[in-house]
Amino acid sequence: MKYTAQDFKSNQEVRWCPGCGDHSVLASLQRALPQVAEDLNYTMERFVFVSGIGCSSRLPYYMNTYGFHSIHGRATAISTGMKVANPTLSIWQATGDGDALAIGGNHFIHAIRRNIDINIVLFNNRIYGLTKGQYSPTSPLGKITKTSPYGTVEHPFNPGALVMGARGTFFARSIDKEIALNQEIFVASAKHDGTSVTEMLCNCVIYNDGSHKEISDKEVMADRTIVLRQGQPMVFGKNRDKGLMLDENHRIKVVTLGENGITEKDLLVHDAHTQSMGIHSMLIDMKYPEYPVALGVIRDVPDKTYDDNVRDQVIDVSEHSPIHTMDQLLHSGATWEVK
Amino acid sequence: MQHKVIDIEDVVIRFAGDSGDGMQLTGTLFADSSALFGNELSTFPDYPAEIRAPQGTVSGVSGFQVHIGAVEINTPGDFCDVLVAMNPAALMANAKWAKPTATIILDDNAFDEKNIVRAGFKTMNPIEELKLDDRHIVVAPITELTKESLKDSGLDNKSIVRCKNMFTLGMCYFMFNREMDHTFAYLEKKFKKKPQFIDINKKVLKDGFNYASNIHAIPNTYVVKPANLEKGTYRNINGNQATAWGLLAASEKSGVPLFCGSYPITPATAILEELAVHKYLGAKTLQCEDEIAGICTAIGAAYAGNFAVTTTSGPGLSLKSEALGLAMITELPLVLVDVQRSGPSTGIPTKTEQTDLSQALYGRNGECPIMVMAAHSPSDCFEKAFYAGKFAMEHMMPVILLTEGFLGNGSEPWKIPSMKDLPEIHPPFIESCEGKFQPFERDPKTLVRKWALPGKVGLEHRVGGLEKNHAGVISSDPQNHQMMVDERARKVALCAEDIPELEVIGEKEGEVLIVGWGGTFGHLYTAVKEFHKQGKSVSLAHFDYINPLPKNTEEVFSRFKKIIVCELNSGQFADYLRAKHQKFNYYQLNKVQGQPFIVKDVTDAVNEIL
Repeated sequence: MKYTAQDFKSNQEVRWCPGCGDHSVLASLQRALPQVAEDLNYTMERFVFVSGIGCSSRLPYYMNTYGFHSIHGRATAISTGMKVANPTLSIWQATGDGDALAIGGNHFIHAIRRNIDINIVLFNNRIYGLTKGQYSPTSPLGKITKTSPYGTVEHPFNPGALVMGARGTFFARSIDKEIALNQEIFVASAKHDGTSVTEMLCNCVIYNDGSHKEISDKEVMADRTIVLRQGQPMVFGKNRDKGLMLDENHRIKVVTLGENGITEKDLLVHDAHTQSMGIHSMLIDMKYPEYPVALGVIRDVPDKTYDDNVRDQVIDVSEHSPIHTMDQLLHSGATWEVK
Repeated sequence: MQHKVIDIEDVVIRFAGDSGDGMQLTGTLFADSSALFGNELSTFPDYPAEIRAPQGTVSGVSGFQVHIGAVEINTPGDFCDVLVAMNPAALMANAKWAKPTATIILDDNAFDEKNIVRAGFKTMNPIEELKLDDRHIVVAPITELTKESLKDSGLDNKSIVRCKNMFTLGMCYFMFNREMDHTFAYLEKKFKKKPQFIDINKKVLKDGFNYASNIHAIPNTYVVKPANLEKGTYRNINGNQATAWGLLAASEKSGVPLFCGSYPITPATAILEELAVHKYLGAKTLQCEDEIAGICTAIGAAYAGNFAVTTTSGPGLSLKSEALGLAMITELPLVLVDVQRSGPSTGIPTKTEQTDLSQALYGRNGECPIMVMAAHSPSDCFEKAFYAGKFAMEHMMPVILLTEGFLGNGSEPWKIPSMKDLPEIHPPFIESCEGKFQPFERDPKTLVRKWALPGKVGLEHRVGGLEKNHAGVISSDPQNHQMMVDERARKVALCAEDIPELEVIGEKEGEVLIVGWGGTFGHLYTAVKEFHKQGKSVSLAHFDYINPLPKNTEEVFSRFKKIIVCELNSGQFADYLRAKHQKFNYYQLNKVQGQPFIVKDVTDAVNEIL
């Protein structure tokens, strides 16, 4: 069945602030899902959107699919149970930096560890928006907010590093307004078997305007980010004249093509499918201004999923068990007759 | 000396030793053998929270009491006829439970100066110090005899000494004329992969039996004849196993696959373990990262169409509070089993209590009434777990089932039910609808909404923690909120139409009505039987359903002059009854010691108001 973005729009009024980055992510999802449905032969009723609490967690109401808007931090656990109960569902989770990484941090890392087949879209605006402007686990050190009037004194998380720490199988990063790239990533994440985490760098127009502007502003984005694509050399820059290669200490360095005899052939070629975490971790860690910030599908490796393992085990033990009904179980083991 | 064989109606045996001495196993094997022999029985494992507490100290004593009978048995017994004490600390901790006529079996080898001092005795003569001179004391060098028995086994000394519980068990089998076949079968199964241990353990067991028959220190042996049980097939079952099986039965009966999201916690863990064994019945178990994930994975599974269960104990119930509210407002079926333990906070984790009742009734933000029910005996956990599942699925709501450590770990013979005798379960699934699906549209009679599973064409809808209207759209409209709050509460209250009426055990009207709930049933029932023997007008009304209360509660209460509410907390059920049925005066019997009642607690309290 062919769907359009319109099919995925619910009749409910979208209540995010005008200019909020979440609008673009929603639009990207609504545009990506028809392709997901076509490529994977899914029908509408198989999609479920699950969320926790926060601005981004309102997203399920705006999707014309099954949806579950749950409680703060717990969406990952709810998605997990849902997927185990019905592995044929395509489960998408909208979560924020506070929801996923503060109150829900435990569920987040354990879902990734288990490799349950859900698609997590992490809206990272580095602020608590719905409670009106407190710092989050991704707010940069020194950030001045309502609860840090003199600046934060704590280090932020890099969500991708957490994913790698939990030996995640899929991590991608994009910027809210990059709708085409977002669509590409969402389709890839849907096709990935296992937990996919897509970090969406989002702008909060009210409480953290310009959340990521040092890399996301139109004039600088090409020079300060690099979009990674499978099998392509790592080239970036407005003039496509910069690239990434390994230095003599096996660290990534930024080079300029044409300087010191460097050509495209010397550059790293992106391989999201390698099991090795080395280069993927370095790419995830790259920060402006030393490096361009990596966007696109950074890691996408196959592994057995938790839901498959659960299903296979149930089938396996059922085949080898002499007990198949409750009556048989009730009479198994030591029993005696009273006549 | 020829020993006498004496027929007795019932006997209570208490095994006590260090937490590493294997007393739980010894007691369990004795109980299982008695059950297979056909006795009525009730068991009470009483063990410390530490896996291996400091050796030889009172805090490390692990006990297992078993009450077997040729007659009806409803409690593990207040005081014991036989006390086995494997060391001075075990004697110190348990002497108070020995009847004046009791036989006490001691391991002489453990009663050295070091152990006597460590147990806290002031003198080197524990028997005298505890004033046990008048009891029948059997002092046997159990450790040495075990070493002698196994000197050619090739085992190291430490492993040999660990077999002394089997030697003791053998002695008890002699004392009670028990067959060893069941224990042999157990050993053969347990050591299937290490067959050398089968014969070793059998030998120690037999040597213990023979020793007891040879020493002539045991003047009498006892025969407890099979009980006159109702015809049928029986098995011995503990409360946690019965709970797991009741949930599996609800799953099979409804045709809805079981999902259990849970986190290990004493004393509820065994339910998760038991369910994990039965994956071949389609049960899925997820050992989660925490208690909250336990209930939240279950809620997710419920939304997707599984029979969702989460199991826990007190502190875990606290952690699950917020998510219980979510299950309630989304109106999804969920069974939460709380195997209550001593609190507050971590409390005394291995000890029993009924102190979570108020939390189960009220422990959530907002107006959030939830159905609360309680099991009254180990085997009753099966039926209550089944009905918890039936209510949850048919009424689209979370149900809290309260059991207790005393029930979860305790066991009794159980007449195996047939699945065909259990009632059917019909969850309100919906396959399709005309027009836009309204997720919170209700059945006019029961106020139950439909269970619409993702994957069904045309039923797309959203649920969540935010207040909604019948159409499933977020609403902060004041009138709508009032209506939804009222409807959700009314839906729970209407379950009173489907729960059994309150029964009175004993005279239907009279002087005193004992009121109880949950695992105290056996003790309260035994107390009532004692009063009847004395011709006193004392009856019992025991509540399995707490929210809502049975419809005839007020009518029952009004037939008695005095009501005494007996519970293992400071008066939580009494307070609840005061709120629900205000016109009565409630006397109270409360005990919060991490221990079950003894029957005497109850008879004393009732005699005071008679």
